[in-house]
Amino acid sequence: MTTVRTAQSRIDPAGPGPADQQGPGHRRGKRHSENLPGYLFLSPWLIGLLAITAVPMLLSLYLSFTDYDVLTPLSEANWVGWDNYRQMFTSDPTYWHAVQVTLTFALVAVPLKLAAALGVALLLNRAMRGIGVFRGLFYLPSLLGGSVALAIVWVSMFNRDGAFNSFLGLFGIEGAPWVNDPRWALQTLMLLAIWQFGAPMVIFLAGLKQVPTELYEAASVDGAGRWRQFRNVTLPMLSPVIFFNLVLETINGFQGFTSAFVLSNGTGGPVDSTLMYTLNLYIKGFVELDMGYASAMAWVFLLAIGLITVVLFRTGRFWVHYSDAEEH
Amino acid sequence: MRGRLRLLVLILILLVVLYPLIWMVGTSFKSPEEIASNIGLLPESFTPGNFSSGWQKFDVNFGRFFLNSAMVSGLTVLGNTVSCLLAAYAFGRLRFRMRKFWFSIMIATLLLPGHVLIIPQYILFRNLGWVGGEWPYLPLLVPQFLATEAFFVFLMVQFMRGIPRELDEAAKIDGASPYSIFQHVILPLSRPALVTTAIFSFIWTWNDFFRQLVFLSELQDYTAPVALTLFIDSTSESSVGPMFAMSLLSLIPVFLFFVAFQRMLVEGINTSGLKG
Repeated sequence: MTTVRTAQSRIDPAGPGPADQQGPGHRRGKRHSENLPGYLFLSPWLIGLLAITAVPMLLSLYLSFTDYDVLTPLSEANWVGWDNYRQMFTSDPTYWHAVQVTLTFALVAVPLKLAAALGVALLLNRAMRGIGVFRGLFYLPSLLGGSVALAIVWVSMFNRDGAFNSFLGLFGIEGAPWVNDPRWALQTLMLLAIWQFGAPMVIFLAGLKQVPTELYEAASVDGAGRWRQFRNVTLPMLSPVIFFNLVLETINGFQGFTSAFVLSNGTGGPVDSTLMYTLNLYIKGFVELDMGYASAMAWVFLLAIGLITVVLFRTGRFWVHYSDAEEH
Repeated sequence: MRGRLRLLVLILILLVVLYPLIWMVGTSFKSPEEIASNIGLLPESFTPGNFSSGWQKFDVNFGRFFLNSAMVSGLTVLGNTVSCLLAAYAFGRLRFRMRKFWFSIMIATLLLPGHVLIIPQYILFRNLGWVGGEWPYLPLLVPQFLATEAFFVFLMVQFMRGIPRELDEAAKIDGASPYSIFQHVILPLSRPALVTTAIFSFIWTWNDFFRQLVFLSELQDYTAPVALTLFIDSTSESSVGPMFAMSLLSLIPVFLFFVAFQRMLVEGINTSGLKG
């Protein structure tokens, strides 16, 4: 049951459910006989949806058109129209800088992370002893890497006198003070993200198991070498999994916060070089208490992530092969 | 020969991947002088003193921070397993009006970034007097009791798909109500999904930083990750050892979960694409 296809089905909005599996003999009148228990079991979720998700979202949509600062009562928030949005798009260079930092981070770190995950998965995709141990140990950083503790270790490792420079010193290379250098700080954070390639790797491994061996046999009978087998069998067969990982990691990549906060002690420095979107949002909302502006930023972020997801799905049509996956 | 080479490459990559973790363990036992001079993985003289000085570094000791973290994580596990199981049973097994509509809303919330919701939630909870209130953990915990982690609802719905419907049907013919089917059929059979949910929600909450940073403002209420950031302010040579010692301690619960449930964790991310 633990296939990657189950993972993809979560994007399928039709969803599972009893109605799909009803036999033909079912009487129509009984279709909704479980209204009361249904809504009873659903009630915590429904309350959560309304109170914790929907109402706050609408509230923040309203506040994004005000100058609300948290300290005054809600009723005293002044309506400022599109001012927050106008300021964001036309007269806030820091905002655009944060957008640029976030895009750079995602565009570099996500493909490299997926490449590392696929590469190691291909190396591991052989019957051999101890594969479970390897898989587990490669996965470990994905469990620990998002924590403050690991970010602290990472930053220390790339300090001026950290372990990385000591290592370079063995070869007579004098390293930079990586985390304090605006040219390098973001790269160390990208490296931390790539280091956590274990989670997509595990998903790739499961996907590789699904590729029928007959295809490789047929390909090698036809005289295809290793590279052509990879190019013409593995990659197309794996494309749904690649797509799944890509969407997931991209959405995650845009939300990087903890490591940037730890590296810069919450400022986004040095010289704003690690000012990720979410960190900028945190500073505007919770440090400068400009909640109206931060609400507008949050809404633009939501729309941008939605847009990027749609674009990914659109382009996916051209390179993701689902047809074969459905048969197996 | 090919197999040997492959193994060698894998071991090399593994060493690079594990290096930061081993280095962290070694450094947390080094004295301040050694941290500056000894670039090796292991300390020449074992200095367990980092742990006691880190523990007492701030006005409130780290035991309190770890207890706070354990409480928040424990209650989150309870809230998530109970509330998500109830919702998943409704979605997966019951017929009611607008089920498909609510299900698609639930799927949509899967993709909602937490950072977008935190601003309006903060405003709401602050206006309710919960932020910095009598019990400052309400904003962290109440959402977890209302099945707002759509990931887990989805995970359990997927799992329940695999439970044979004949079992419910048989119980129904015997006159069992949806409530007793839930209690006697679905609940016992859903144990694996409950365990997966419990493990992941513990690890995520234990590692979580953003929400705890936003909602906790008094030192004695801090959880371990928020407390760890206090070390960043004081990056003198002498505080590196204690900082590493406390960082190491804070990772131990997650590491123990990893050792105990490795298989389950790895398979868990396969079923649902959960992230560690």
